[in-house]
Amino acid sequence: MEAAEKKPRKMFKKILIANRGEIAVRVIRACREMGISTIAVYSEVDRASLHVRKADEAYPIGPAPAAESYLRADKILDVAHRSGAEAIHPGYGFLSENAKFAQACADAGIKFIGPTPESMEMMGSKTRARQHMEKAGIPFVPGTARGLASPEEAERVAEQVGYPVMLKAAAGGGGKGMRLVRTREELRSGLDSARSEAQRSFGDSEVYIEKAIVNPRHIEMQILADEHGNTVWLGERECSIQRRHQKVLEEAPSPIVDADMRRRMGEVAVRVARAANYTNAGTIEFLVDQQKNFYFLEMNTRLQVEHPVTELITGLDLVHLQIRIASGEKLPFQQSDIGIRGHAIECRIYAEDPDNNYFPSPGKIDVLLQPSGPGIRRDSGMYEGWRVPMDYDPLLAKLIGFGTDREQAIMRLQRALYEYFVAGIKTNISLFRRILRDDDFRAGKLDTGFLDRMLARPDGGPAARAPEPRIAAIAAGVFAVLDPAGAGANNGRAPAPQPAISKWKQEGRVEALR
Amino acid sequence: MVYDVVVSGKLHRLELEKTEAAWKCRLDGREVHVDAVVPRRDVLSLLVDGHAYEIKREQTATDLHMWVGSTRFAVEIRDPRSLQARKGGGQDDKGPRKIVAPMPGRIVRLLVGEQAEVEAGQGIVVVEAMKMQNEIKSPKKGTVKKILAAAGAAVNAGDVLAIVE
Repeated sequence: MEAAEKKPRKMFKKILIANRGEIAVRVIRACREMGISTIAVYSEVDRASLHVRKADEAYPIGPAPAAESYLRADKILDVAHRSGAEAIHPGYGFLSENAKFAQACADAGIKFIGPTPESMEMMGSKTRARQHMEKAGIPFVPGTARGLASPEEAERVAEQVGYPVMLKAAAGGGGKGMRLVRTREELRSGLDSARSEAQRSFGDSEVYIEKAIVNPRHIEMQILADEHGNTVWLGERECSIQRRHQKVLEEAPSPIVDADMRRRMGEVAVRVARAANYTNAGTIEFLVDQQKNFYFLEMNTRLQVEHPVTELITGLDLVHLQIRIASGEKLPFQQSDIGIRGHAIECRIYAEDPDNNYFPSPGKIDVLLQPSGPGIRRDSGMYEGWRVPMDYDPLLAKLIGFGTDREQAIMRLQRALYEYFVAGIKTNISLFRRILRDDDFRAGKLDTGFLDRMLARPDGGPAARAPEPRIAAIAAGVFAVLDPAGAGANNGRAPAPQPAISKWKQEGRVEALR
Repeated sequence: MVYDVVVSGKLHRLELEKTEAAWKCRLDGREVHVDAVVPRRDVLSLLVDGHAYEIKREQTATDLHMWVGSTRFAVEIRDPRSLQARKGGGQDDKGPRKIVAPMPGRIVRLLVGEQAEVEAGQGIVVVEAMKMQNEIKSPKKGTVKKILAAAGAAVNAGDVLAIVE
C-alpha cells in the first residue's frame, strides 16, 4: 500500500523446474497460471515425459541415472544461465533439500525457491536440529540425546521417562541397533545387546534412551514464512498410513486433531521455523502418542508430495505462494485469516504390483482411464502410451478427494477409484479401495502400523454388489468378436494387429523357455 | 461361434453370434439378452438383460483379465484343439524351475553361486527398479543349476535369471 515501500525483487519472468514427473507438471501449471515462462530439464529416458510436453522450453541434462542428470547441480545451473531463468523450483526429492545446491544457486545469482542454505543446513542433521530446537523449547520424545555412561544411568533415565523405553544406537539408522525395553528387568540385557549390535553395525557402541511411543501417529504441520519475518501455520496432515516407511495415503485435517490441538501444534511449528530463520514453505513432522502428546521429529525443508490436501482445505495455492514469497512479496494474509473447511484425502498412485509383494512395475501404459467429477483432483505425470522408466521413484500420480466432511471425501474417492483404470503396468489402485472400506480407517483409528496390520489380514473383498463371473465370460467372448486384438481371443482367428503380434511373440518366447 | 471360457478357474460354455440386428447369446445353455459397444480399444460397454457394465480388458504376455467395474477376473478362452497341450504345461515341484525377472530392472548382486543348495523362498538375486531393491526368491528347495544373470546387467520382465533343480 505504501508507495515508498520498496520491493526487493519483481515477479520472475522465467523459472526452471529442476524435477520430473507429477511435481514438475504441478509447478509448470502454477507458473503458467501466473504468466511465468517455464523451463524443463530432462534425462535421456524422459524426453517423452509429460513435464517436457507441458513446458515452454526444455533441455537435456544427461543419462537416465539421477546422479548423472537430475542431481547434477552444474548442468542444471548451466541450463538456467543459457535459458535466462531467474529462479529454480526444485520440487521434492532430487536437489530440493541440498543446501549446497541452494548455495550454488545464490552464488550464481539465481533465486532458489525454498529456504536459505543456512536453514536447510540447520534442519538437515537430526542431532544439530535437536540441539537448536531444544534451546527454543520444542517438545521432543523424552530421553537423553547423549550416550549412556553406565547401566545405572540407563536405569535412572528409564525410570524418569517411564517404561516402555527404546534403546537406540547414536550412530544408528534404518532400525538397526534399536531395542524395545518394556520393564526394568529387561533393561540390562537389552542394553548389552543393543551395545554389541551397535558396535557390530556401526563400529560405535554408544547407545541412548528414548521413551518408546507405542503405535504412534505421524502428523505434520504445514508452515509458510515470507522474507519479512511473517510465519503462519496452515493446518496438519495425517500421514500415518505408510508401507516400508513410505507414505501411501494422507489426509487433512487429522481425524484426531481438534481446534485446540491444531493451534498448539501450529504454534510449535511456527516456533521451529522461526528458530531456524526459515523462509518459504516447510513442514514440521510430529510423532503423536495415544494420549495425543506430540513430539518434534524433523523438518522437511521443501514442498511435500502431499501438499494438495492442505491446499484443498485452506483454499490456498502453495506453489503460487512459494513463488510469490521467493520473489520478495509479503504473505498476503495473517494467521487469523486462515480457515479450514472440509476434508481432503490423497492416494499416492504408485507403479507397483499389489499381487506380487508390491514389486515396482515400470513399463508401457497401454490403457489409461482417469476419473474426474465433483471433489476430485488428479495431479499426474503419466499418460496413455507413455513408458514409465525404471530409473526413478514409482509415484505416477496423486488422486485427491475433497468433501464437506471426511465421509463425503471417502465416498468421492471410492467413486473415483471405481472409474480409475491403468493397464500395461501394475498399480496400487486396488490397495486404496481396500483401505477406504476398512473399518479402522473409517473410524479414523490410524497409526503407523495400520497398513501392515491391514495387509496381514485376508482381503474380505468388496462388500456390496460383487459382479458375477458370468459377466466376465460374456465380456471375453464379446471382445473376441468386436475387438480381437487380445492375445487370449486370438485362437484360430485372423492375425491380429501389430501390438498383439508382439505379445504372441513374447508368449512364444516364454513358452519356449518352459 | 462357441467359446470355452474359463473364469477364475471355472469353465463356461458361451455361444455367441452377432447378427445385423442383435446379438444371440447362450451362456451354459441359458439364453441371455446382450448388447455391446466397444467405445475404444480394451473397453467394452456391455448390457446383459438390461444391466449395464463397463468392462476393461487387461492383457499381459501370459494373462488375460476382465475388469467388471473394479473387480478383476482371470479369464482364459480355450481352443479345444490346444486344450491338451496346455494341460501338460502345469508347474509342479519336480524338475527344473526357472527364476524370472518379475519386472524390468538392473541386477544389483547375486546372492548364491551355481551349484549352491537353496531352500524354497531363499533369495537368489537382487534386482533394482524404481529406487527399490527386490530379492528374487527360489520357488523350490534344490540346487542352483545355472545362473544366467550378471551383476550390473539390465533385464526385462520375463528374462530368466537362474534355474533351480
